[in-house]
Amino acid sequence: MVVPVKNDLELLKENENIEIELFLQTIFMKYGYDFRNYGKAHIKRRIRHRLSVSGFQTVCEMIHKLLYDPVFYQEVLQDLSITVTEMFRDPTFYQAIRTEVVPLLKTYPFIKIWHAGCATGEEVYSMAILLREEGLLKRTQIYATDFNQLALQKARSGIFPIDRIKEFTQNYQKSGGKASFSDYYNARYESVILNESLKENIVFADHNLVTDGVFGEMNMVVCRNVMIYFDKDLQNKVIRLFYESLIPGGFLCLGSKESLRFSEHSEKFDHTSEKEKIYRKKFSE
Amino acid sequence: MNYRAVVIGVSAGGMSALGEILPRLPVDFSLPVIIVQHISPQSDNYMIKHFNGISEITVKEADEKETALPGHAYFAPPNYHLLVEEDFTFSLSVENRVNYSRPSIDVLFESAIDAYCSSLIGIILTGANNDGSKGLKKIKDCGGLTIVQDPKTAEVPAMPEAAIKLSKPDYVLKLKDIAPFLVNLVSKK
Ligand SMILES: C[S@@+](CC[C@H](N)C(=O)[O-])C[C@H]1O[C@@H](n2cnc3c(N)ncnc32)[C@H](O)[C@@H]1O
Repeated sequence: MVVPVKNDLELLKENENIEIELFLQTIFMKYGYDFRNYGKAHIKRRIRHRLSVSGFQTVCEMIHKLLYDPVFYQEVLQDLSITVTEMFRDPTFYQAIRTEVVPLLKTYPFIKIWHAGCATGEEVYSMAILLREEGLLKRTQIYATDFNQLALQKARSGIFPIDRIKEFTQNYQKSGGKASFSDYYNARYESVILNESLKENIVFADHNLVTDGVFGEMNMVVCRNVMIYFDKDLQNKVIRLFYESLIPGGFLCLGSKESLRFSEHSEKFDHTSEKEKIYRKKFSE
Repeated sequence: MNYRAVVIGVSAGGMSALGEILPRLPVDFSLPVIIVQHISPQSDNYMIKHFNGISEITVKEADEKETALPGHAYFAPPNYHLLVEEDFTFSLSVENRVNYSRPSIDVLFESAIDAYCSSLIGIILTGANNDGSKGLKKIKDCGGLTIVQDPKTAEVPAMPEAAIKLSKPDYVLKLKDIAPFLVNLVSKK
């Protein structure tokens, strides 16, 4: 009997899945980063990418290198954490923050905001600019966290490539910006340097949403385009973490294609802006 | 052969090309249709509303974690890659552009192969670049069914031409023949 080609392919697929599980298990045991509950399609795509540039034939072979070569692990970490971001991404989100959220934030003498998964910082600085224009920055403490140290380093520097400024400026204008975007930076050769004063109230810190704990008493948690990479169980776990980090009446902001709709915690939040995915923790459960 | 899903990649000229396909699928069309149409990052959902209004099947944007169902057509959201998981739910990613595109056809096709293997039907329609060629070739290599719009019937022939060249598809069909072909294929089983 001739074995159809398909069975070979199915065997390959099965083996690849096993190898990928082992790869993630190795990362977890060796380096403590837990990707086992990330969406598999994304993980597979990124590991295949690393395999194709590594010169190895199989994921198994990469496991050995992963164990003995921390530099290789750093590359893998960059593969698995997608840090693509922009300033004032989804301008209408920032409009909604101005009109729906800022008036309520203004009623607090002191404000704490957590940007979880801040990547290279564009989102954080966008919020800082918005808060400054609304007269709130001085009484706000922003915690900006990510588990990718390389990204955090860039975020701390506040320096961005100049070729992105056109896009950022357009976003800023559409977001309801009240000044001229160029007021907020100085151009130097290939880069722009954001005003130092924007950083005064921001603390950048290493934090892993899968394994680390709550940040207490937040008025607002912003976690956009991070949980799209998590499976349902992990999403629920992290939303619980945010719930516990927020004060009653505190806001949770998700990315424009994310939602609490299918979450087991959806009942614990009200909708401030359904379209912009801004939720508010209920005052009583 | 029991097919379980259709993936479509389309770029410039997609509005009218999809208009020849989606409205001609019957309400009980037994496969999910998953589509990457290249569109600008800021597009609203006008196109989806339009197609949903004129089609018997349900046309919508793919939601994160939603399960792909028969009788539905799903569009990748603007500015996000769309992936299919092995449990037939959707994932989104903001990974960098692939083939200058986000959403990218190759990204969808490659993940859909992992999910559906040889029971996948891949289609490349009109467009001005070569996104989707690699993905279509992989569908072919895995034993799935591959269809490319006849470039002569395409508003912009570059994308179907590139796909034909790289993947030697099973069928090259005139635009107006694609929907009847699918309906016939699927109802025959
Ligand atoms: C696509 S970026 C989102 C950036 C920004 N929030 C935005 O929407 O533009 C996703 C970020 O989440 C971070 N990330 C992924 N998993 C994480 C985890 N378990 N803990 C902390 N950060 C994580 C990645 O390192 C990456 O910087």
